[in-house]
Amino acid sequence: MTTALIGQPISRVDGRRKVTGAATYVAEFQAPGLVHGAIVRSTVANGRIASIDSSAAQQAPGVIAVLTHQNAPKLAYRAHKGAPDPGIGERLHVLQADRVSHQGQPVALVIAEGLEQAVHAAMLVRVTYAPEAAITDIARAEPVPLTPPSETRRGDPDGALAAAEVKLGQTYVIPRENHNPIEMHATIASWDGDSLTLWDKTQWVHNVADEIAAVFGIPARNVRVISPFVGGAFGSALRTWPHVTLAALGARVAGRPVKIMLSRREMYYGTGFRPHTVQRVALGASRDGRLGAILHNGDQETSTYEEFTEALLNATGFLHSCPNVNTRHRLAPMNVHTPTYMRGPGEASGIFAIESAMDELAVALNIDPVELRLRNEPEQDEFRQLPFSSRSTRECYQAAAERFGWSRRNSEPRSMRDGRQLIGWGMATATYGAGRAPASAMARLLPDGTAEVASAASDMGPGTWTSMTQVAAETLGLPIERVRFTLGDTRLPRAPVHGGSITMASVGSAVQAACRKAREDALARGGGTNDVTEAMRRIGQPVEASVDSTPGDESQRFSMHAFGAVFVEVAVDPDLGETRVRRIVGAYGAGRIVNPKLARSQCVGGMIGGIGMALMEHSVVDGRNGRVSNANFAEYAVPVHADAPPVMDVIFVEEHDPHVNPLGVKGVGEIAMVGVAPAITNAIFHATGKRIRELPVTPDKLL
Amino acid sequence: MPGFIPEAAAQAADARPAPLDLVLRVNGTEHRLTLDPRTTLLDALREHLHLTGSKKGCGLGQCGACTVRMDGKGVKSCLSLAALVEGREITTIEGLAQGDQLHPLQAAFIERDAFQCGYCTSGQIMAGVACIAEGHAGSPQEIRDWMSGNLCRCGAYDHIVAAIQDAAGATGPARGG
Repeated sequence: MTTALIGQPISRVDGRRKVTGAATYVAEFQAPGLVHGAIVRSTVANGRIASIDSSAAQQAPGVIAVLTHQNAPKLAYRAHKGAPDPGIGERLHVLQADRVSHQGQPVALVIAEGLEQAVHAAMLVRVTYAPEAAITDIARAEPVPLTPPSETRRGDPDGALAAAEVKLGQTYVIPRENHNPIEMHATIASWDGDSLTLWDKTQWVHNVADEIAAVFGIPARNVRVISPFVGGAFGSALRTWPHVTLAALGARVAGRPVKIMLSRREMYYGTGFRPHTVQRVALGASRDGRLGAILHNGDQETSTYEEFTEALLNATGFLHSCPNVNTRHRLAPMNVHTPTYMRGPGEASGIFAIESAMDELAVALNIDPVELRLRNEPEQDEFRQLPFSSRSTRECYQAAAERFGWSRRNSEPRSMRDGRQLIGWGMATATYGAGRAPASAMARLLPDGTAEVASAASDMGPGTWTSMTQVAAETLGLPIERVRFTLGDTRLPRAPVHGGSITMASVGSAVQAACRKAREDALARGGGTNDVTEAMRRIGQPVEASVDSTPGDESQRFSMHAFGAVFVEVAVDPDLGETRVRRIVGAYGAGRIVNPKLARSQCVGGMIGGIGMALMEHSVVDGRNGRVSNANFAEYAVPVHADAPPVMDVIFVEEHDPHVNPLGVKGVGEIAMVGVAPAITNAIFHATGKRIRELPVTPDKLL
Repeated sequence: MPGFIPEAAAQAADARPAPLDLVLRVNGTEHRLTLDPRTTLLDALREHLHLTGSKKGCGLGQCGACTVRMDGKGVKSCLSLAALVEGREITTIEGLAQGDQLHPLQAAFIERDAFQCGYCTSGQIMAGVACIAEGHAGSPQEIRDWMSGNLCRCGAYDHIVAAIQDAAGATGPARGG
């Protein structure tokens, strides 16, 4: 017999490798004859390449090749769209034509023996441009409807707003933010005839294989992608970006393996970003705090060549009860590279606007912000007219408020102080979808009583290695140290994208099913024992099971989301305008928690990310030319040790969801980021009496 | 990003450096290397000695992922040219454990779950060892202040501080060390 492993706070099974430097990230693989690539990037935001002179670079020491649109092989670029790719538009083609659509677009690739030689030779490539007018300032961009237009309406929102006893309307702005994982994107490409091996930083190995196969016009089975450890990504490694194509192209031309690791600055020009959003929210309510109307419009930046959209306004339709709701989502095409999903995509931005507006409404009505939300707690998803598979918002408000000590709050702004510091308490609601996608897994029991379990999933940090091992060991009925889980290789059974908090639900369900089948097979053949180890000893040869696990129709019958509540205490220096977050308490109804130790890490990590979003993060785009003027860690501020609140508290409320997926899990990676920024800005209002509607809340905005 | 380097600067850099022979002392072993003189200590470790535990997160001394110990002090290896640290005693994350016996801070990182993706971890641990050895692990706030040059984008900060406190308690501060 074995004890339950799912739900236990087990330390990471890959921990020893990570603390000893033995975990191998993609740029660290060795390939015989490896050479280095460096990318030359456009210095204009729109126009044509007038000339390229690569003669000096060609003659520089160590240089093997300089590729430009003039001499690069023509690539197939067959149609292919993976789940993270925008549905409308066509991905950027690299080194295929003289057009430049954005600042930082690759215009040449230098391959050289040594890293220093490649970087130096790239400086010697002289490019001139015939520039054209560019739109790089969102204030000058023209928002247009999505294809097809995205507008929802229920009831009579305009009439209800006009008739409301209390109404407010405000605009909320979130600037562009970059994911900035500490590991920079990197790819090693190595050809063997028509077969390609890529060691690539990615959240989805199979999609990299599919995309690069489409780009090069070769069968996907010819492309092997290996990515065992991912040094953070937060969405930046969902798509297959142009530098992956460049590494493969360079390797083909050089006839040797090529490594490209982007510089930190390049991370702001080719791996996506959270788009700048401008949101208009109008709320109408009765004096006793019943929402009568919500109008929520959102505009966001995208590139000229793809329509990137995220679920910016989705939660507006079901987060709070309201009979009259209108949402309208538009895009502003600009001369930028295509944005992408960044942690908590859509909800983190949209809920900043809605939960800020709810706080403004609470102030206008003189109703406690928690009480206002409780008065508008819906009984079902009013947008889709479906029951929630489970929804624990009430429990989250109660648990977090109690832990936080919310009942001691004086609702008057500027009423709470600690010495000369202004103290503010604020809160916000959080939600994120609980999705699931088809996934496959293999489980192989061995005669020695160990097991190998595999799926081509990723682990960018949440703990896939560990949580899958827990699910596998418990299901097989083996001690955890006898089970070895493998991921991150296209030779393993296909997994879905590692994003959107779907990995545990999708891959976990597949692992569970494969392990169940392997165990049942082993016991059926094991001569009557109920001990799988004994059964395997008797069978004397491996017992293997592979399972393709697919969701049923539950998402058609239920509205499935995780919900949470975030409570924050800030201290604002009245003379310096500096905001410090002192305490955060988050309560989450996220279904079953497979590993509370690792889930807590995810949640406090999301809180830290939310502090960055609220107080620091802003990719400053020079509106004249599209350059990011702070494309480094010294000037793009992210939270550091000193910014971490002394008190961070995570509560997982008990939640059993029998509908959402076989494991009953919802995932916490995204929701952990949602609601933190509005809770902070709401606390800042409480501390200072100043409502800041444009992030980040830097000191200048409070002085 | 090469496209952004001013022309004059690029031309000034257009020298043809001769490779340098040098000896690096890393984790108690001497390594003879022939390197491009522009090679940083970090790239020498990662690209030439294949000691990839030290991580590159910015190459500008801004993230701390490349932190190693040099003659007992924590330094950012991306800001040191390999040619200038010949003869110095360099310790990387690979040299921290005693055989199979993890350093107390390595063990505390696992126990406290002081990392997620693991990419900043080597630097956090090397900086944490220096933080303890140099006597700056007296309180959580002091640790936060001294560790603020090591970024963690996964946001494991409170667990890292707890791990450093645990290890400081286990090893004791060696003030002035």
